[in-house]
Formats: sequence, structure tokens, C-alpha cells
Amino acid sequence: MPEDLNWAVGGEAGDGIDSTGKIFAQALSRAGRHVFTSKDFASRIRGGYTAYKIRTSVDELNSVVDRLDILVALTQRTIDENLDELHEDSVVIYDGERSWDAEVPDEQIPLDVPLKSLAEDAGGAIMQNVVALGAACEVANFPIEHLDSALEKRFGDKGQKLVDNNQEAARKGRDYVRENYDHDFGYDLDTTDEDYVLLNGDEAIGMGALVAGCRFYAGYPITPATNVMEYLTGRIDEYGGTVVQAEDELSAINMALGAARAGARSMTATSGPGIDLMTETFGLIATTETPLVIADVMRSGPSTGMPTKQEQGDLNMTLYGGHGEIPRFVLAPTTIAECFHKTIEAFNLAEKYQTPVYVVSDLAMAVTEQTFSPEEFDMDAVEIDRGKVVDEDDIDQYMDEQGRFQPHYDAADGISPRAFPGTVEGAHMTTGLEHDELGRRTEDTDERVQQVDKRNRKVETAQNEEDWSPREFGNEDAENLVLSWGSNEGAIREAMQELDIDVRFISVPYMFPRPDLTEAVESAEKTVVVECNATGQFADVVERDTLTRVERINKYNGVRFNADELVDRITEAFAAESEVTA
Amino acid sequence: MSSQAHFTDFKSDKQPTWCPGCGDFGTMNGMMKALANTGNSPDDTFICAGIGCSGKIGTYMHSYALHGVHGRALPVGTGVKLANPDLEVMVAGGDGDGYSIGAGHFIHAVRRNVDMTYVVMDNRIYGLTKGQFSPTSREDFETSTSPEGTKQSPVHPLALAMAAGGSFIAQSFSSDAMRHTEIIEEAIEHDGFSLVNTYSPCVTFNDVDTYDFFRDSLIDLEDEEEEHDPTDYDQAREKIMDFDNIYQGVLYQDDDSVGYEKRLGIDEPMNEIPDGAPEGAMDLVREFY
Ligand SMILES: Cc1ncc(C[n+]2csc(CCOP(=O)(O)OP(=O)(O)O)c2C)c(N)n1
Ligand code: SF4
Repeated sequence: MPEDLNWAVGGEAGDGIDSTGKIFAQALSRAGRHVFTSKDFASRIRGGYTAYKIRTSVDELNSVVDRLDILVALTQRTIDENLDELHEDSVVIYDGERSWDAEVPDEQIPLDVPLKSLAEDAGGAIMQNVVALGAACEVANFPIEHLDSALEKRFGDKGQKLVDNNQEAARKGRDYVRENYDHDFGYDLDTTDEDYVLLNGDEAIGMGALVAGCRFYAGYPITPATNVMEYLTGRIDEYGGTVVQAEDELSAINMALGAARAGARSMTATSGPGIDLMTETFGLIATTETPLVIADVMRSGPSTGMPTKQEQGDLNMTLYGGHGEIPRFVLAPTTIAECFHKTIEAFNLAEKYQTPVYVVSDLAMAVTEQTFSPEEFDMDAVEIDRGKVVDEDDIDQYMDEQGRFQPHYDAADGISPRAFPGTVEGAHMTTGLEHDELGRRTEDTDERVQQVDKRNRKVETAQNEEDWSPREFGNEDAENLVLSWGSNEGAIREAMQELDIDVRFISVPYMFPRPDLTEAVESAEKTVVVECNATGQFADVVERDTLTRVERINKYNGVRFNADELVDRITEAFAAESEVTA
Repeated sequence: MSSQAHFTDFKSDKQPTWCPGCGDFGTMNGMMKALANTGNSPDDTFICAGIGCSGKIGTYMHSYALHGVHGRALPVGTGVKLANPDLEVMVAGGDGDGYSIGAGHFIHAVRRNVDMTYVVMDNRIYGLTKGQFSPTSREDFETSTSPEGTKQSPVHPLALAMAAGGSFIAQSFSSDAMRHTEIIEEAIEHDGFSLVNTYSPCVTFNDVDTYDFFRDSLIDLEDEEEEHDPTDYDQAREKIMDFDNIYQGVLYQDDDSVGYEKRLGIDEPMNEIPDGAPEGAMDLVREFY
């Protein structure tokens, strides 16, 4: 038997698939098991296939695999969609009493459980999914008490009766399997004493923002970024902040800009189409030197593309989007936990350098729940740097001879002082027009060059002062180099455990400024860049930076990389005759 | 700066580049006077401006200010006010800026009712881009992009504001300095979103909606025979929907209006944050157990 268990529940959108999956994931996490989830959903609310998959192990997990051990199928389509992931010991739990005769292929073990009528016995048909969870516990040999605890968490607020009914429903499912199937399914789910937390990338971004002192969030709902807004709503108020659901992204980013100008740590989050709309204002933010964090939770484009599918297609947009030339920072968290850390870092960078900062994550991270030990979110390590904020005591040093405050003062490091509105003697204006040190419009050639240089100098300063190191895995001396950015890290790391070849893996969380990869690329025999897009946007950047050709592994069918396929594709890429011979 | 600011304190040392005679001079003077008269100072005032001749107003005034992108000044003002309710926030721009490219934001700003004052310098033309028709231009107005008239009916800003649930709807005329100033003062003092549509003639590109035209046609609601009570919704509606006449004064004011920021419970500036993670931050993590 494999050491990890792969479980899924699938049905029609509207069947409560998401919450069912989440409850089971929580039960496993509360039992001290690692969990890594993935979701398969269509862009519709009712009808349409949807599934929640869980991979669980006592060891750390960072990826999905193409294998299902237990499948709770609420519809025939759930079985059909997952045929190629089922193996001969897979158990398929379904309800034959409902008006369908499940066609479970011969190789698999069918488990016909009257989910609906057992749920009715326990107090309501709505609990049929919980009956299935109880049945799954029995199949997996997983103590039902952990499920009890997850149900308590889920329904506790709504009253003990509801909790009792659900726990009862779970038992009915378990007992039914116990009594009717005299079969050892061969699973034995160990538990540990670890207390894990289970969260997704959007929640990690939201939590990072709160911890970093974000007080203002304006956004417009869009998959898969909405969760950031939903997380902050209600929570941010406790810290004296607010969330505004704006009328569109144009408004959202301008509100966020206004709040940032007023001195609040401020942010917005959106996905590709929203970034398009925000781009005009993005230039304004950079020119007025306003600190702002913008999260782009990427999905499959262009245009509305495939809104519920994975892609890393916005790199160029975040690096180059906007007319004219715009200094910016672009961070790309490589794991869900990094979504938290990089968001905090983004707020510090934004205020220290008074620039817009993109946090680029993606659907695969946004909708994936993963377990972490709470220490991953070390609050004592959080540092806040607000940069050069001046108050009435030190504003004098930034006045010109006539006693006027200079918000765009041409400092050696490129970083001007910042006076929050309300600061006495600090009144000044900023504009998207080119301006002088006082913030006043200018078309003077020297002043234009001075301000452009000043803004760009901030990037140089940051390049020297901040740590832009990538994350390194594998053998540093290996001749095969794998590079990737953003969310592919987990799958690649896991693939490396199965690879027969020796590789060095550099996972890059900083897209701009970025680490200098020249030495690594030059010392490797061959470099392969892995990314979830068709054209290889990061590979292009690497080639340009290092003046060396690289190989590419791309995927753009809407599904994230999984570890199994990467084993094959990386092996192939390094085995193949290089396209460019030296 | 003390609260005894003089209106000239709100003047920047940048000379306006508006055409001599442009209505925007008067609009600006009234805004500065109203700010001073209501006890504000440049250091606690924030002006968000749009794009257009009108939008340059922020450049010629002295206060905290942001001159943003075309049509988006209202969202900026919203963000400023929510993040620091202690600031006096004023938003200014043209009819193109506010009712064309920014029309979506206008309607939502009205219904959101953040406590700020929106002054629209309505010259019924695009000035800065040199004379194309604007959303408030008359249907038969001939311009470089409407040689045979616009062939579309104009936007009625006050009606739009009323339909969107506006809590303060007013109109003024930039050359009637006293009334214009008074009306802006009332707008500043109103708790909630105040629209002041200010006729601010463009002497260069609009030879129809001139000073003389406005002077001759404006009906002042303060005139006794008008007997206008701005708190009377039905009366207000009647005047606002009367597209044959143009009025000066406060057409509608909701006495019960409470600014959005107050309804959100924001009572302090958001610019102070802890040095590290907030106390009890681990509770945020524990939620995910
Ligand atoms: C996105 C965008 N589109 C177009 C323009 C060009 N533009 C500048 S001002 C303006 C119209 C201004 O008209 P209005 O708001 O009535 O102001 P006025 O100049 O008449 O005071 C336009 C279209 C721009 N700056 N940005
Ligand atoms: S073009 Fe018209 S609106 Fe612009 S400054 Fe001249 S008179 Fe004023």
C-alpha cells in the first residue's frame, strides 16, 4: 500500500462538494496528518462537474498525484471523469438507492452505501455527504473521532443539535460499511500528535496583509482572488481597518491608492482581467511614488479565458504592463506559506521604496488547502518598516529654501520623504504628470530626467539593500539545472525524489528585481525552465538575463503540474539532444 | 497650521494656465474661500482632481492633493476619506471627467455617500482636448466631433444624482462668487456625499453656454418666489427633473444623511500600525486549526 492516501469527493456543483472535502481535510489535519488538496471545478454555480481531492500522508506533501484510492461519487460523471486515476484497489463509494446505477468498472471495488436514506435516518438528506465521510473513515481505517472534531468546528456555531446529527450521520455511514462489507481495504491511516493548520494561498495572503498592518483593502470580486477579500472582510475591522467592495477594478485600485496616500497600508487583489483594468492607475502609483500592494492571483487567460483553471500567464503583464517605464517590484510566492511571508515583505518594500509591489500567485495556490505547522507563521519574526515617513519634527530638512516640502526630493538613494496628510507644514500635491521635486507639473527637460533617474534609482538601491535570493534544492553541483517560478516548486521538489538523474533546482520567488542566475546557468550543462504557460515567459527572461539558451517545460491546459508527470518530462528534457549545440 | 487659515493660504504659487476669462478661476476662488470659511487649513485638506482644464485645479491650490488619471478622482477621494476621516476631502473635475469616463464611479460615489464634496466644473465641452462635445453638451451643439450636432441627449447630472440616492444635490455658477462660495460651504458642512455641479464657462471652445447664457437663465432657489425647501424630496424632485430650467442653489439635502465612513465605524486615521505583528496575531493562525 502507498504511504499516502488519495481521496476525492465529486458531484454536481451545488452538491456541497467543497464543504464536504474541506471537512474531511480538516479531520485529517486534526489527526496530525499532512494534507494537500486540489479542486476541479467549472465556471458555473449549479450543475457541472466539481470535485475536491485530498492527498494525505504523515509526511510533508507539496503536490498532487494522478491516483485515487477512495472516491466518493455522487454522480456517474464523477466516476467517468476519474477513470484514469483509479487503480485496482480503488474503492468507489456511491449511493445505488438514488436513481442511478453506478457503473463502477470491474477492477475497482464498488461500495454501494444508501447515503441518502441513512442521512434521512440521522435527521436530514442534506447530510448524505457526511454519511459518505463516515463510510470513508471505515474504508480508510481512520478513527471517526477526528471527523467528529471537524464537524464540531464546522457546525459548532450553529448549535449542538446540528453537530450531533452530523456525527450521527457519519456513524451511520461507518456502521453500514462495517456491517455490510466484510473486507479489509488495506488502509491504515496513522495519526500523530502534531497540530497542523490548514489554509489556502488566498487566506495566506489575507493573513499576511493583516499581520503586516494592512488597514485598507478595496477590491472587485474575481475568481480566484475573491477569497482574499472575503478573508479580510470582518477581520480587518478589528484592527481599525476596512474592506470596500468597489464598483470595478478601476475604482478599487484608485481607492487603494487614495488610502495609501492618506497613510494607510493599503492593498487590492485581483486576477488577470482586473490587472488589465488597473494598469493605467498602476503608472500613476509609480509616478506619484505611492506604496501599494497589488496581488494578482493568476488564472488562465487571455481575456476571460478559463476562469477556474490554472495558468502562470501574467508574468509579462506584471513585469512590463503599463505605458511608459514604470519602476516596480514583482514577488511570486512559491508555496502557500510563502504567500503569507511575501505579502508581508511586499508591504515593507512598498513603503520603504514608495513603489507599487505585485504579489503574483495563482489559482493552484489560491484554491489549494495545505497543512503547515503553525510555527511556519512566526509572528515574532515579523518586522514592519514604514520607510522615510516624516512628521512635523523632522519635516524641516526636506524643505526647499522657500520652506516648501519636497515630496519628490532628489535623494541619493532615490527615496524621498513621505508626509502623511495632516502633517503640519507638509501640504503638497502629487500628480501623474511629470513633476519637479515639489510635485508640481513640469516639462523641463532636466527635471524630467532627474525624476526618472530618481525613481529608477530606488530599484538600484533595493537591488543592493534587499535579499533577492532564490530558494535552492537538490545537488548544487549537478550538471542539470531546473528553474521555475511561483507555485511549481512543490511538484518539482516531489518529482526530484523520484528522478534517476541528479538535478539542481532553483525556485525563484523574485521576478523583479530578480536574482542573478548567470553563474548557475553557465555552470550547468543544461537548464530547463518549468512554468505553467505556453510561451515560456520566465524562460525568456532567463535567456535575456544570462545570454544563454534554456530548454522549456510548459503546460497550459489549465491544470497545474503534478509530481508524476514532471518526473517524466524533466527526465526527457535532460535526455534529449539539446536543440542548440554548442 | 491653525484653523484660522485665510483663503489665500489655499493658493499655490503656481500661476494657472487657464485661458483668461475661464470659468474655472471663479470656481477655484469659491472653493478656497469656502474651505477657509468652514475652518479648514491646507494641512488637513485633501483635494483629488480629475483630468482636464478643470482637473488642473489641484495644481493651483495649496493643500494635500492628488491629481490622478482621467475619471477616477472620486474613488481616490473615497480611499483618502475612509483611511483618514479627519481630513476634509474635496474632489474636483470636469463634466467629461465626471459624467463620461467617470460616470460609473459618479453613481456609486453618490450612493456610497462618503463624506466629501464633489465640485464638477461643467462647461458643457471638452476643454483640454480642444473642443469636442461633452456628456452635458446640448443635442444640437456643433463641435469638431459633432459637426451636425451630437444627436444624443445630454446627461442630467442632478437627476442622475437623485436617482442614485444622492443626499446633497446642488448647482452653482462660478461667476456668482458669493452664491457659489455659500453653496460650497453648505456642501462641505453636509455629512455625506455632496454634489455641486458648477457652471464654469469655457470661453475658448463653447460659444453657446456662455456667461451671458447662464446669467440670463439661472433661477436662484433663494429667490423668495421659489419658496424652495431642499429637504422636501418631492419639491426637489420636481425641480431636478425640470429639464427646461436651470437652478442655482441647494436643490436637495437629506437631513438624516450619515457619511459612509461613519456607518462603517471608522473613527480614526489608519496611519498608525504596530511595529511588528499585532498582539494576538497567533489567533489568526489558530483559526485554521
Ligand atoms: C484615459 C484617457 N483618455 C483620454 C484622455 C484625454 N483627455 C484629457 S482631458 C479630456 C476631457 C476633459 O473634459 P472635461 O472633463 O469636460 O474637462 P475640461 O477640460 O472641459 O475642463 C480628455 C478626453 C486622457 N487624459 N486619459
Ligand atoms: S479651454 Fe476652456 S476650459 Fe480650458 S482653460 Fe480655456 S477657457 Fe477654460
